[in-house]
Amino acid sequence: MNMKAAKKFFNHKKPGMKGLLLLLIIISIISFILCLGLGSVFVTPENVAKILLSRIPVIGDNISRTWTQVDENIIIGLRLPRVCMGLLVGASLSVIGVTMQALVRNHLADPFILGVSSGATAAATLGMLFGVFSFLGRYSLSISAFIGSAFTIVIVYSLSRVNGRINITYLLLSGVAISMIMDGATRVITLSAPNALGLHNATFWMSGSLAGAKWGYLTLPLVVLLVCMAVLMVNYRGLNLLLLGEESAGTLGINVRRLQKLLVLVASLMSGVTVAVSGTIGFVGLMVPHFTRLLVGGDHRKVLPVSALLGGILVVWVDVAARLLIAPEELPVGILTAIIGGPVFIFLLKQKSR
Amino acid sequence: MQLKIDNMTFSYGEKETIKDISLHVNEGEFVGLIGPNGSGKSTLLKNICRALTPDAGMAVLDGENILSMNHKRLALKIGAVGQENEVPFDFTVEEIVAMGRTPHKKLFEIDNEYDKYMTNHALEHVGMAHMAKRSYRSLSGGEKQRVVIARVIAQESEFLILDEPTNHLDISYQMQVFDFVKRLQITVLSAIHDLNMAALYCDRIYVLKAGKIVLHGTPEEVLTPENILDIYGVHCDTIVHPITGKVSITFLPEGIYAQTKR
Repeated sequence: MNMKAAKKFFNHKKPGMKGLLLLLIIISIISFILCLGLGSVFVTPENVAKILLSRIPVIGDNISRTWTQVDENIIIGLRLPRVCMGLLVGASLSVIGVTMQALVRNHLADPFILGVSSGATAAATLGMLFGVFSFLGRYSLSISAFIGSAFTIVIVYSLSRVNGRINITYLLLSGVAISMIMDGATRVITLSAPNALGLHNATFWMSGSLAGAKWGYLTLPLVVLLVCMAVLMVNYRGLNLLLLGEESAGTLGINVRRLQKLLVLVASLMSGVTVAVSGTIGFVGLMVPHFTRLLVGGDHRKVLPVSALLGGILVVWVDVAARLLIAPEELPVGILTAIIGGPVFIFLLKQKSR
Repeated sequence: MQLKIDNMTFSYGEKETIKDISLHVNEGEFVGLIGPNGSGKSTLLKNICRALTPDAGMAVLDGENILSMNHKRLALKIGAVGQENEVPFDFTVEEIVAMGRTPHKKLFEIDNEYDKYMTNHALEHVGMAHMAKRSYRSLSGGEKQRVVIARVIAQESEFLILDEPTNHLDISYQMQVFDFVKRLQITVLSAIHDLNMAALYCDRIYVLKAGKIVLHGTPEEVLTPENILDIYGVHCDTIVHPITGKVSITFLPEGIYAQTKR
């Protein structure tokens, strides 16, 4: 077969990747505007768009004010950072999920499988209830959670090294063991908590919530997401090959040991930063990669960007549900994802064993 | 493409699994590696394609030391096919085959026309072009092995290492796999389980027993009843088959062998 025939042969593939990405970006933007308006105080999508545009220099001057100052304060001051955070956290969790699943070659791996969230929780509760990290100031919660997850990942990683390479079984098992230890530590800390309000706040944070989103919290997760995403996209062939197994990947020119170390580093950095700002929002990192693979197949060049967008959209909407369901009170979003995600996980498991 | 292994030794922990292995494969040869289960065939092959790092010894490909080559360069020279080819994620057949092009690609380079041409060419070589869009996971064991052979063809390496590529396959697929490889006319080093297959396809054979090379030579020299009794502990009868002109081995069960002795 000549080149031309080969070209024709390869052209009738699934609906284009570009179309799908464009569609998802449009859905993200629509979700963004709708979700900004939804909550205990409702603001029409039209007004939301106008409020946002009025903030942009030049264009902003031509927009007539059809909204109240209260609306503007709620949208800009409270919901905007929160929705942005939702997009970031959702995207990060999904990308971590994709990475972990490639690393351990299993659909059922999730971002917290290495115990990152348990470590972060232990350190954060220590900070919240006893003020251990109060010298860190305004961002003490985020920083303490990050210290906790980094500490955990270093231990898990060093336990899983056998003869200079990562043994995936050891990695998983030490993740489980360290999680248990850290969960135990968290219980001790909460049981000996000096005040009830602190305990409520700590429990709320642990359950995974975007309620505390502030502008200042957004920078680090954004930078980390962009950097890690770039690193992963550069290595997309390596990620694909890892799914064939370590030996096959090696014979196809991948330095497997180096790639595995890189992935552990990327995944733990991202999960540390994400847990630090949002607590443990479960199941997003498990479900989104799975559905993405159903949509576009296994190729990471497609899976990574699509799952990032899908994850962002999902978390933003679940967060809306979290603040509407028992308004004016709100649920931690992590509880909702767990309640929705659990059955989905069981469904996946059953389907896989068939 | 000439491969030369000198005094290669490797151990998992305390026990030495292969010891002092020296062998060579000349340009264009199909060399077989036979021996009982656990004799170290796979271990030796893994050491050559760097899935394992030997404790001692040298491996030289065309004058270049394999053990210090980077992974990508090695992948351009040596392709490998193992026994296990399960992929727990959804890829299409052509995606799997296109992965063979990886060592040819630079960091940001996406697949070009030539990559697609090679992918398709490889699929045609193994008669799987019509299945290009199928999910790899839905294929049968024999079809999967053909796809993996296609992947290694797309890799365009001049030297091929096969680790019992026909394990668990029906006889038709076993013949196909070796025929596809033979048709490529490249240099091959293959572990082979089935002695009759080894006799049919190999130019030369090395025999591994308990981690050491105990015999080597042409199939006619190596596959004699005495040697096979020595290596595997079974009785057999060999003839040169009138059609193939190759050695054909008939194994003799204990009962029948006892009768012939009487």
